[in-house]
Formats: sequence, structure tokens, C-alpha cells
Amino acid sequence: MIELDCRGLPCPRPVIELARQILAVEVGEVLAVVADDPAAAYDIPAWCRMREQEYVGADLADDGVPRYLVRRLG
Amino acid sequence: MGDGGYLDSASSEPLHPAAREAMLAALDQGYADPRRLHPPARNARLILDNAREAVAEALGVRRDEVSFTSSGTDAVHRGLLGLLPPGATVAHAAVEHSAVLHALAWRPDLKLRSLPVDATGRVDAERLGTYDVLALQDANHEVGTIQPAVGVGTVFRDACASMGRVPLREGWSAAAGSAHKWGGPAGVGVLLVRQGVRWRNPFPADDRVDGRVSGFENVPAALGAAAALQAVVAERDLVNARQHALVDRIRAAVARIPDTEVVGDAVVRLPHLVTFSFLYVDGEAIVDALARRGFSVASGSACTASTLEPSHVLAAMGALTHGNLRVSLTRDATETEVNAFLAVLPEVVAEIRRDVGM
Repeated sequence: MIELDCRGLPCPRPVIELARQILAVEVGEVLAVVADDPAAAYDIPAWCRMREQEYVGADLADDGVPRYLVRRLG
Repeated sequence: MGDGGYLDSASSEPLHPAAREAMLAALDQGYADPRRLHPPARNARLILDNAREAVAEALGVRRDEVSFTSSGTDAVHRGLLGLLPPGATVAHAAVEHSAVLHALAWRPDLKLRSLPVDATGRVDAERLGTYDVLALQDANHEVGTIQPAVGVGTVFRDACASMGRVPLREGWSAAAGSAHKWGGPAGVGVLLVRQGVRWRNPFPADDRVDGRVSGFENVPAALGAAAALQAVVAERDLVNARQHALVDRIRAAVARIPDTEVVGDAVVRLPHLVTFSFLYVDGEAIVDALARRGFSVASGSACTASTLEPSHVLAAMGALTHGNLRVSLTRDATETEVNAFLAVLPEVVAEIRRDVGM
């Protein structure tokens, strides 16, 4: 799974990185975004809804930073 | 105001001419302590009583239900906290103003239940659950959505965003308003406590005219607030219809900008404000870019520092929190002003997106 390291990036940078890199994964595959920006918790699901991708959920990276999982649908 | 590009009336409406006129007269006549018995004091007391009467009439409430506080926030704090017995269970909308949330957090004895909202920002009237006190805004300050007139028992209604613009929602035990949001002066709030409701002053008592508040009354400002409220209520059918239509135009035009989300209820809403968010846009960058073009607009985004939490209102709605703008019209807003804003907005958004490679 491709993992984007967005630690330390303020909003809206994690969402911008997600939008840029989603094309790097195949349709049906999952891209992970590791981001400590508190807005990412809301804006990554919102991005998925607006861009018609699937928000899979969130877990934690090894260092405890939230990791958001997005499946490319198209 | 008018064609000046000020699009932030929801933060503060420019002073209404009726308020200015009333305050100028009262500044010279209302200086004395309204508690005293000499003629200048009686003048001040008369002005204060007139202000209370005018507010009561404009809102359709009893005179003895009206108190003037030092701000809308103070009215919220007093109104809400005065209703809460020790250990009370309080249900509140997730999208309440931070003044409500901070007041509740100040009382560690309370049991709090945050009511979720739908995508328009509205609570589900059928799912309020059980509570001792319900805290529910009349309308949301960020997205304009009007909440249902629901709740039985003890209900606190924060009407700071809506007072004067739309009638009070029914069923309040206590309610709060903020004068500078309707074109009165800043530093005046209105606290309403329904007759017969069990309400206790939550703060130290003071020996003033009105036992619900403390400190020397700002008599001229209270009169200005009252005069503005009367004028706004008298004008609101016309003003609201004009603002509502202009906001409809903004909503439609903004929705045509790609990767944009217009939030809040499109119809059952405050007439003068609308909020939207642009993907990939930094909130501070767009506020600055619009200011350079002469437009003053607020943003609910917290992109400027990663330690700042995004708007809890947008978050609770599941809306995009970055790239957010709240546009709110003054009573004099014109089609020309709105058209000028809409003429520059798409290019401003495109420019910021280009700068970040989107």
C-alpha cells in the first residue's frame, strides 16, 4: 500500500497531496495518508465524497499519527 | 456597507442609522445612574425603561422578561447557566456557538449530550432524547440553517445570529441576542428570561436596576440597540426578501465553480448569509486575495496553523472545512455589490489553486 507522509503539513496540503497521488494507485487499491493536521480528519472524508472516491476509515501509524485510508474508485 | 464590499455582516452589521440617532440623543441625556432619585437619574432610568419596552415590543415578549447584558456572549452565559441546576443533563446541538459550548464546559458537574446534525446542520427533532435542559440555537451563525422550534421543558435558545432578522423560535425558557449582529452597537446583549421560569443568576449579584445582570448599565447603547431592533423588525419583510434572493444568486453562482461545496439549508435559513468551501484552497489565502480586491469576507477555516482546530460546525455537518468562506450581506447590500463579488470569485479561486499546482 502506498503511504503518503503528510506529517507537519497544514491544511489543505494533505488533501492536495491525496488528490495528486490518488492516480498513482490502481482502481480498487487503497492509498494511505498519514497526517497530523486536525482538519484532515474531516476533509479527507469530505474529499472522498466530493471526488467520488471511497473513504475506508482511519487507523494510526506506528508513531501514533492518524492514517486515513482511501480506495480509488475511478 | 452598500457597495463597499463589506460582506461580513454576520460578524457585525454596520450601525443602523436609527441606532446612531437614538444613541446621540441618549449620550447627552443618559449619563446618570438610573438607580438614583434625582432628575438626571430619572432621565437615565426613563431611557433604560424605554429601551426595554421597545425591545419587548419588537420581540413580542413581556417587558419584565428583557435584560440588557454587556454582550451577546454574556447573555448566552447568563441565560444558559441560570437554567442549569447542579448535575443537570444538558442536550445541545453539536453546532452550537462556542459561547454555549464554553459555558457548558465551565460546569464540570453537568452531564452533556451533543446532538448530531444532518448535512444541512439541523438537529433531528425526533431524536432529542431525554434531558433536563435543551440548548438549541435559533439559527446557525456559520451556515444560516434555522433549527426547528422543538423541545419541551426547559429550553435555552441562542438567538444571537437571528434576533431581529427572523421571529424568535417558540418554546424558549431563556434566550440570548447580540445587538451588533442586527445593527445596534457592540457591547449590548439581550437576555430573555420567560416569566415563571426557574432561573437563578449564575454570577455574583449586583445592586442594579435589573437583578439578572451586573455592572453600570450602558444606557445610551441600550437605547441604540432597541432603536435598531425596532427598525430592523419593521424593515425585515423587504430586507429579508431582497437578501434571500441575493443569497440564492450567490449559492447558484458559487456552485458552478468546480470542486466547491455550498453548505447549509438552501431555503430554511437566515436571509443574509451563506457558507461554502473550495477544495485545495487555503482559507487565509482566499480571504487575503478577496481583501486585495476590496471584499471583506470571513472564513471558518483554520488552515493558518495546524494546531488550530477546524470549525466544529462544518466538522459536525461532515462538510469540507478548508477553503471556507462565509459571505453575509448588510441590510443595504445591492445586486451590483453581489455581482462584483461573483465576477472576481472564480478567478480568485482558480489563481490560488494554480499556485498550489491544482
